Amino acid sequence: MSAPTLSTSSTPSKPEGPDRPVPAHAPREAFSRALRRNISAHGFLIGAVLCFSFFSWYPMVREVLLAFQKTEAGKTTWVGLRNLRYIANDPAFWQAWRNTLLFTGLALLLGFVVPFVIAIVLNEFRHGQSYLRLLVYLPVMLPPVASVLLFKYFYDPGYGLFNGILHALHLPEQQWLQSTSTAMLSVVLAATWMNMGGATLIYLAALQGIPGELYEAAELDGAGIFRKIWHVTIPQTRLILSLMLLMQIIATMQVFAEPFLLTGGAGPEGSTTTIVYLIYQYAFNFNNYGGAAALGLVLLVLLAGFSAAYVRLSRDSDD
Amino acid sequence: MAERTLISPAQLGRPSGKFLYWSALVVVLLLFTLIFLGPLYWMVTGGLKTAQEYAQSPPTAFPHSAHPKNYSDAWNVMDLSKLLFNTLYYAFGALAFQLVFDVAAAYSLSKLRPIFGKVILGMMLATLMIPATVLVVPQYLTVLDVPIVHRNLINSPWVIWLPSVTNAFNIFLLKRFFDSIPRELLDAASIDGASPLRTLRSVVLPISRPILGVVSIFAVVGVWKDFLWPLLTLPDPAKQNLNVGIYSLAQGVPENWLIAALAMASAPTLIIFLIFQRNIMSGLTAGSLKG
Repeated sequence: MSAPTLSTSSTPSKPEGPDRPVPAHAPREAFSRALRRNISAHGFLIGAVLCFSFFSWYPMVREVLLAFQKTEAGKTTWVGLRNLRYIANDPAFWQAWRNTLLFTGLALLLGFVVPFVIAIVLNEFRHGQSYLRLLVYLPVMLPPVASVLLFKYFYDPGYGLFNGILHALHLPEQQWLQSTSTAMLSVVLAATWMNMGGATLIYLAALQGIPGELYEAAELDGAGIFRKIWHVTIPQTRLILSLMLLMQIIATMQVFAEPFLLTGGAGPEGSTTTIVYLIYQYAFNFNNYGGAAALGLVLLVLLAGFSAAYVRLSRDSDD
Repeated sequence: MAERTLISPAQLGRPSGKFLYWSALVVVLLLFTLIFLGPLYWMVTGGLKTAQEYAQSPPTAFPHSAHPKNYSDAWNVMDLSKLLFNTLYYAFGALAFQLVFDVAAAYSLSKLRPIFGKVILGMMLATLMIPATVLVVPQYLTVLDVPIVHRNLINSPWVIWLPSVTNAFNIFLLKRFFDSIPRELLDAASIDGASPLRTLRSVVLPISRPILGVVSIFAVVGVWKDFLWPLLTLPDPAKQNLNVGIYSLAQGVPENWLIAALAMASAPTLIIFLIFQRNIMSGLTAGSLKG
């Protein structure tokens, strides 16, 4: 890449038209070409760069600034770590962390393991596979409001479908979203149904890349199905499994729409208040943007570790 | 489909293997249909029930009598045509902005390679590492009063369209595809006197149709499914999209109407999915696996 150095002499630009390759002994020509090439290249970039500047890069900077500022009556002052101290003293802060970690843990247990098992099973079928893949991905395409409100009906303790099924099976009926002990699990179940299609299809694609000879070799050594999964399938898909694990941790720790729509956000006794819902409350219910930004910064720092690991892993996979 | 998978063809070929295979297949087919189509069936038939039947315990699997009028009532009372129009307007506007700005940016970064191009690409990709929800608060404050131009974008379509351009993942997908277009093809065009814009239009875009399809679907579906951002930035009921509009009306309408509304709100994306399923699924795995 040849970077033009700024020169005081203005270079008359050649009229547009069929360019012939410029001879090497014409530095002025070469410079003007490089300049024109750069101007047009940046012209192509300008729309996206402006959007990123206003709606992505500037808010990123602002997020950090806000976390250390306080705005009262239109006056902004620096308050140092006071916002951070304030949120750390809020009992909801620790409860929100516990809930977020519980949600992430449950969501991984279901949302990470279940799609992998489903993918392994689907990969064995020689018939109906495209129909099954279609089904698994269907919920991903629904507007979240539709799937969530639908689950809200299923969970209804009075006339909900789930209690109807439990009743028909003579099992004890549950309070689902309305009890502190089952609210979060109910949210996770709905979220898993809504979101697991993507992971399943990605695993399925990874499984189809495993060379068949590896299974044959394992069979010669007398390996059964579970030994084959352990010694061939998992090592062969390790990279994509770890990438998906990181991605799911990052995504589930930011969960908002599902608990917000299912339980109104907080749930019974705050049992479904997540960190992002707390950010929402600070910003839009309490008008405490400093506190919201400080909370966001804590989440950002925590997730940055996972993001960095993800970037490193995916870069390694490109080599 | 893989040639050879976990279970050996010899095992499958035996009579007991065949029996197990077919019974497992039938069980999985039934189970999956129940789990994934069941709720959709519930939604569509729930919308046909009377309010009484809907609130009945235990719930009924088949509506006693069909009331399609629920659908038209919900459509009129919740003003779904307006919500649907708004959503389409936002989604396809966002698509147009992304196709123009993101394609141009990816083309420039991939083929024109300006100075600082690598830095700009790096800064764009860095936004992928920032959790989206963390940025919601400062983004919201930004659209209340956009710096330099001092405009308030709340309740205007720009508040959806412009931020949608900052889709680093789509830029990344496009750039990677453009990178794979041989240099010689573009050089030939430029020797023939084509400007970069002309080269983009008549050489690059025609061969990029598959990736443009994937990116377009992601762009439309992304806006269609978004909830938190439109909830914050489109408080005016006349400007809301389907997600937010239905959410805010949910408390005030009979439940059988609401569920009919949900069924109607789900139909467009499901139809898009059924038509473009091949592109969507291949785009999904192309974005996550290398290559």
